[in-house]
Amino acid sequence: MTGGEVGTGETIVFWVCGTLAVIGALGMVISRKAVHSALFIALTMINLAILYVANSAPFLGMVQIIVYTGAVMMLFLFVLMVVGVDASDSLIETIKGQRVAALLMGIGFSILLIAGLGNGLMETSSIGLETANSANGGNVEGLAMLIFTDYLIAFQVTAALLITAAMGAMILTHRERWYPRKTQRELSEERFAAGTHPGQLPPPGVYARHNAVDTPALLPDGSTSDLSVPEPLRARDDVREIDTDDIEGIRKLSSGSSTTDEGDR
Amino acid sequence: MNPANYILLSALLFSIGAIGVLVRRNAIIVFMSVELMLNSANLAFVAFARMNGNLDGQVVAFFVMVVAAAEVVVGLAIIVTIFRTRRSASIDEPNLLKY
Amino acid sequence: MTEILPAEGVFSLLWVLIALPAAGALILLLGGRRTNTWGPYLGILTVVGSAVIAVLMLLAMMAEPAEQRTVIQNVYDWVFVGSFQVSFALQLDQLSIVFVLLITLVGALIFIYSLGYMAHDPDRRKFFAYLNLFVAAMLLLVLANNYLLLYVGWEGVGLASYLLIGFWQRKPTAAAAAKKAFVINRVGDVGLSVAIMLIFVTFGSVTFQDVFGQVGEANEGTLTAIGLLLLLAAAGKSAQFPLQAWLLDAMEGPTPVSALIHAATMVTAGVYLIARSNAIYNAATWAATAVVVVGLITIFMGAIIGSAKDDIKKSLAGSTMSQIGYMVFAAGLGPIGYVFAIFHLLTHGVFKAGLFLGAGSVMHGMNDGVNMRRYGALKGVMVITFITFMAGYLAIIGIPPFSGFWSKDEIIHAAFERNSIIGAAAILAAGITGFYMTRMVAMTFFGKKRWEDDVHPHESPKVMTIPLIILAIGSTFMGMALLFWGNIEYWLEPVVGYESVPTPLPTWVYIVVTLVVVIIGAIIGWVTYARKDVPIEAPRGNLLTRAARQDLYGDAINDVLVVEPTYKSAHALTTFDNKAVDGFVTWTASFVGDLSKRLRRSQTGFARSYALSMVGGAIILLVALILVRLS
Repeated sequence: MTGGEVGTGETIVFWVCGTLAVIGALGMVISRKAVHSALFIALTMINLAILYVANSAPFLGMVQIIVYTGAVMMLFLFVLMVVGVDASDSLIETIKGQRVAALLMGIGFSILLIAGLGNGLMETSSIGLETANSANGGNVEGLAMLIFTDYLIAFQVTAALLITAAMGAMILTHRERWYPRKTQRELSEERFAAGTHPGQLPPPGVYARHNAVDTPALLPDGSTSDLSVPEPLRARDDVREIDTDDIEGIRKLSSGSSTTDEGDR
Repeated sequence: MNPANYILLSALLFSIGAIGVLVRRNAIIVFMSVELMLNSANLAFVAFARMNGNLDGQVVAFFVMVVAAAEVVVGLAIIVTIFRTRRSASIDEPNLLKY
Repeated sequence: MTEILPAEGVFSLLWVLIALPAAGALILLLGGRRTNTWGPYLGILTVVGSAVIAVLMLLAMMAEPAEQRTVIQNVYDWVFVGSFQVSFALQLDQLSIVFVLLITLVGALIFIYSLGYMAHDPDRRKFFAYLNLFVAAMLLLVLANNYLLLYVGWEGVGLASYLLIGFWQRKPTAAAAAKKAFVINRVGDVGLSVAIMLIFVTFGSVTFQDVFGQVGEANEGTLTAIGLLLLLAAAGKSAQFPLQAWLLDAMEGPTPVSALIHAATMVTAGVYLIARSNAIYNAATWAATAVVVVGLITIFMGAIIGSAKDDIKKSLAGSTMSQIGYMVFAAGLGPIGYVFAIFHLLTHGVFKAGLFLGAGSVMHGMNDGVNMRRYGALKGVMVITFITFMAGYLAIIGIPPFSGFWSKDEIIHAAFERNSIIGAAAILAAGITGFYMTRMVAMTFFGKKRWEDDVHPHESPKVMTIPLIILAIGSTFMGMALLFWGNIEYWLEPVVGYESVPTPLPTWVYIVVTLVVVIIGAIIGWVTYARKDVPIEAPRGNLLTRAARQDLYGDAINDVLVVEPTYKSAHALTTFDNKAVDGFVTWTASFVGDLSKRLRRSQTGFARSYALSMVGGAIILLVALILVRLS
């Protein structure tokens, strides 16, 4: 672990990871697709985890990876699945002047913040955490010492907060069922109770040699079914009569005993 | 290099997060931007802890993470609920609270 | 100097004098309809009770020597604020007692008369309640031992007068007349209230003893101001110029009210006020002169109006104005006139009450008609009314030995003691009195019948004629009784002072001249209205007649000088209020409304817009922090 001063190695780490974090952040803001944004912010968070470790906070670095990139980002992606992965935002701004004002303000804010902080912090020196970490035998032990002594009550309260949040999420996403779910039997009975044709209507003439739609289907007993002809045609009395010669021809054809009917093709 | 650069990086990330909140309409991305802002604050806490030689900053960052996790859970639940009723995750849609 | 005695013996009942009629008013007003049957009798009983007590007090007072006739009863401590300390204290002295007697005795007679006059009025109970209220307030006025308490009585009689003028408030004219009387009286009341403030500032007290004892220490300018303000008050209450306009309209009230309030008692309160404040007027010559001028103007105004009116009550009202003008005139003459002002007040109170009640009796028989041109030849139909009216008539024009002769003659004599010109004016006015009263009598009782078809004149019931007879006897003998047996000038001297100045000519010359002038006036009236036929439609008349029919344009002058400017300024204020004040308020409201409408647009409902403004706020904070850091 590095001390108060920043060494060369850490400087390289800072610039590489810092740049990646900023790229991730910008990518998140710019991406049209929410999934891309999620991936970009995951990149930022991983880089931040590395920077935590570089700042003598290995425990926080691990927690960052486990909690954020592991749990929180998975949650985000899960919700994205619910909402719709493919949905990409329209880039047309609906509120007049919002985008320009936001950019100006954001840039101005960052300039002011960086200038102000930089101005105030440039002269400060860094103490480093070697002493603090080694006092209890390491970073994790040191944090544990603090959390379970000085910050015990805050810790308990956050525990309660987490449980409350879990409960809240459950209640919020719970969908109230107003009547009992129908069984398959009930659904089937409902379908027949309506009194209409429960199943599929017979398709129009399978053996037709003409415009098939107006040709009624031939039932196994040799009669035809008017039901197989669309309603408007039936209303116009346009149902074609059965041509028994054709049927005979087809039968021959299907049994392979005839090679006629070239002209009909 | 001065460790104060971490602070400046955190300020930069915070500003980008803020711009994201202001510019994006997808509630989930707005939420991500908020998370980014929380993370930048965490980075500042960690850097300050190092500069002051004191672990308290790291403890606070830890708590921020816990609270952020809780917030994400509830916030996303709200987004899901809104989406369910409005079939949209745009934060410009629920604008009934106006003149 | 007079001694002040505590109220003992019969004088300890002093408060009862006021409490009796006040209690009567209270019972009648609060009792409601269940007192309808016996209420009027209760009202009469309370006033008769007060009258009995007053007579007993007079007898007790006459038994005391002249210096020991002032009694003060401290009823309770009333106002105690720092140095402003006023007791509810009653003072009975020679001046008060004659007023108390006038109010209660004449009041009792008029109450009894009202029993007949108002017999068929459904609101009779209320009428008697108001009359009781009036008597209580009037007694408080004359018995108060300080100006503040006097003011309470002063306002009380004003209220009673308002209520009674407007007693038939369903008549728009009555309601308007009541309002007019009230408003004009307010002008005078402002004078009285300012005078009381000035008196307190000057003397540090408002009780009569303290004020009159310190008059010598005050400077004359202040006293003149007080005197003029008191004169304003007196002019308002006594219908003197320039606040005379209300009295003629006040005749809209029932006739007993006109007799009691607007002839005998209340309208003389101004004379009482001036006579009571004699110490102030003696020290303020200019104020006294103003009193004389006001009185003289009013004598002539009243007489001229009385000569032209065809309405019997309005004619009598003009006469009342004129006669009170005599009293005010006399009071302004100073110590030579105060006692005769009060003397005339007493005799006038009796004979004018008689005249008014007689007029009421005539109206009663004539279906409430008041137009004298539709009267005529009533002397044979209403014998008692005619005879009693004639007693009042002879008294008012001043024929010896009737009471008016003695009092008016003394006033004219006192005027000559001061100045021959005003004396001559007083004689001339007496002549006009003779004219208009003769006109009234001639038009009413003599000449031909000019009755309307459905009128059947008849004599009034006994309950009305008996008071008339008593008042007629008073009109006949009271002057002599007071002057020769009562020695009125010496009786009043300890309170108001009395002195006699030699006149350039012997006294009998004035008496003869006055009588001659009065008789000439009466003959003119007789020749004009009894010898000739009186046309039923009033002739156009000359300029003065037409002016007098319009109350000498009193209303028109008031309209031009006061009412129109008031209306105009009120309209201007309304316009200012509507345009400027309301305009500003409305503009502010609409400005805020418009601003809100615009600002409302910023509430887009878009969470991102709100977030943007949050970032803006954060930037402002950041800039502020940096600036603070850098500075």
